[in-house]
Amino acid sequence: MAAKKKDAGSVEAGKSNAALHTELLHSMILQRRFEEKVAEAYALGKIGGFCHLYIGQEAVGTGCISMLRDDDYVITTYRDHGQAIARGVSPRSVMAELFGRVDGCSKGKGGSMHIFDRNVNFLGGHGIVGGHVPMATGVAFAIKYRGGNQAIVCFMGEAAVNNGAFHESLNMAGLWKLPVIYVIENNKYGMGTAVERASSIKDMYKRGDTYSIANAEVDGQDVLAVRDAMSAALERARDDYQPTLLEIRTYRFMGHSMSDAVSGTYRTKAELEEYLKRDPINILEAKMKAAGEITGAQIADMEKEIGVVVQDAWDFADASPEPPLEALYEDVLVETTSG
Amino acid sequence: MPLITYRDALNQALREEMHKDDRVFLMGEEVGVYNGAYKVSKGLLEEFGEMRVVDTPITELGFAGVGVGAAMVGLRPVVEFMTWNFALLALDQVVNAAAKMLYMSGGQYNMPIVFRGPNGAALQLSAQHSQAWESWLAHIPGLKVVAPGTPYDAKGLLKSAIRDDNPVIVLEGEMLYNLKGEVPDEEYLIPLGKAELKREGDHCSIITSGKMVLVAMQAADTLAKEGIKIDVVDLRTIRPMDVEAITTSVKKTNRAVVLEEGWEVCGIGSQIVDYIQRDCFDHLDSPVIRVHQADTPMPYAKALEKSAKPDLAKTIAAVKKVMYIEA
Repeated sequence: MAAKKKDAGSVEAGKSNAALHTELLHSMILQRRFEEKVAEAYALGKIGGFCHLYIGQEAVGTGCISMLRDDDYVITTYRDHGQAIARGVSPRSVMAELFGRVDGCSKGKGGSMHIFDRNVNFLGGHGIVGGHVPMATGVAFAIKYRGGNQAIVCFMGEAAVNNGAFHESLNMAGLWKLPVIYVIENNKYGMGTAVERASSIKDMYKRGDTYSIANAEVDGQDVLAVRDAMSAALERARDDYQPTLLEIRTYRFMGHSMSDAVSGTYRTKAELEEYLKRDPINILEAKMKAAGEITGAQIADMEKEIGVVVQDAWDFADASPEPPLEALYEDVLVETTSG
Repeated sequence: MPLITYRDALNQALREEMHKDDRVFLMGEEVGVYNGAYKVSKGLLEEFGEMRVVDTPITELGFAGVGVGAAMVGLRPVVEFMTWNFALLALDQVVNAAAKMLYMSGGQYNMPIVFRGPNGAALQLSAQHSQAWESWLAHIPGLKVVAPGTPYDAKGLLKSAIRDDNPVIVLEGEMLYNLKGEVPDEEYLIPLGKAELKREGDHCSIITSGKMVLVAMQAADTLAKEGIKIDVVDLRTIRPMDVEAITTSVKKTNRAVVLEEGWEVCGIGSQIVDYIQRDCFDHLDSPVIRVHQADTPMPYAKALEKSAKPDLAKTIAAVKKVMYIEA
């Protein structure tokens, strides 16, 4: 009988599959419950502005980010809470940022769309569709410039790939051979515009061929499939300074932002219900249960512990003061020079 | 003191700063093998290699963003635009990214990056290649904007821009690259945010920057022959602007002409005039007059182009008008 297959990354980390899967499950449930709390806070007016939830897409961020080393980098769009938490930004500081409080990771200056945390190389949520894709390319350039073997993963929605910044970036990354992993999170809708109404081709990953960039299509509801794809991409980045384009197919269970109905004008309830059957958390739970890696009671314990963490994040954010008015003029420029 | 061109002064600044700090690199169209569209980067590829002198595809938005990303993780990019007209394609990176990264990250990610290239009109390049962008760029909090008017200033300001830990826009001039001036052998820096009084006089102030400094100096020379003494305030840095230098001069002369290369509406001069009316209202002996480009796209035909541009004759006429001297 063949030895039991080890999952991507578990060997290097010296972990059993069960331990690894438990961590992944924990991260995804934490993101889910955190964002459910965010929706509650938004309804109460504790969070303002634009707020885009990641619910339904957690396996994409979790799978990719869980494969990274501490010295790698993550950059993303405005749908950034889940990925920030997956990367290790504390739920307290994310929630405080959403509440616009001084203890937020961006001191209450950024809000939902601009989660940054230098401590874990989380280079931000960015609010201009496609605008951060050249930045990711620049981080990869800097890695190669210094002769390092880190990588950067750059998340974007499928709508970004029709944007010039995306194409300019892929051309340079292919030309200069940069250690960047571009992840298209294809959740089927750019706001309310279905992908087939916006893109001349259906298979986004094939756009990598145009720029001689390795590419693949990945099931984004299966966190382990995401990890496998990421493993190969990271190897290319670390060993050969080669970029990768992954199209990770997923679905957002909520509206585009808090002001958008979950279903309605641009997608039907029937479609949504079909995709809800492929909830990434349920898929991993089912696999783990089938493999005897976790019990229902253990999941219930995990939920309980996460409930405490999320409530603590809320309480922390609620108690954190608003930024003082003099903060308005702080951090526009720094006073320093290189000498 | 050696007499060198504005182009060579910029080249020296780049070379010295690249020697001093291996995080500094130059990137842009034709900066390497071609030695720079205007030869500003001549010899740098040979000296520093292709990792540090990076020829890019024609992809302004893309390579400006590469610079922003590299700056986020600690490199110090100098991004060259072949002209600022092309940089419009990259404004998302300059305005939405570089200028705001520090603020929206709550002070975590500063942006030690320079965006530089020629600005404004040269000769008969017509509408798309003859625009002065300083008011667009200086409008944005989070950027610094410098506009050197002499070889000495070009070197000193570019060196300071490269060492600054903020995003700095350097507006050069196609028509200035061949301009010669004295540049010392020993190292020097020019502080950002400080104007220089390029000429002292007590009859009228001319407040200007960049390419127009030369015109202001010629006007001062010409008017001196008629006994009119001009204070020439060269802003050097447009943002942050040295308001004190402006108001000190105007309080002394009681009359001002504001000379700029760009268009009138919402131009840099509008802001300067606002500072003057706010701080020097009781000191003015006549309304401030602005000299600027005609409110049209730049035409190609020689006579039309000449008519559209701010120049020596218009500047002298403006000075005489604020001094109530019949032309």
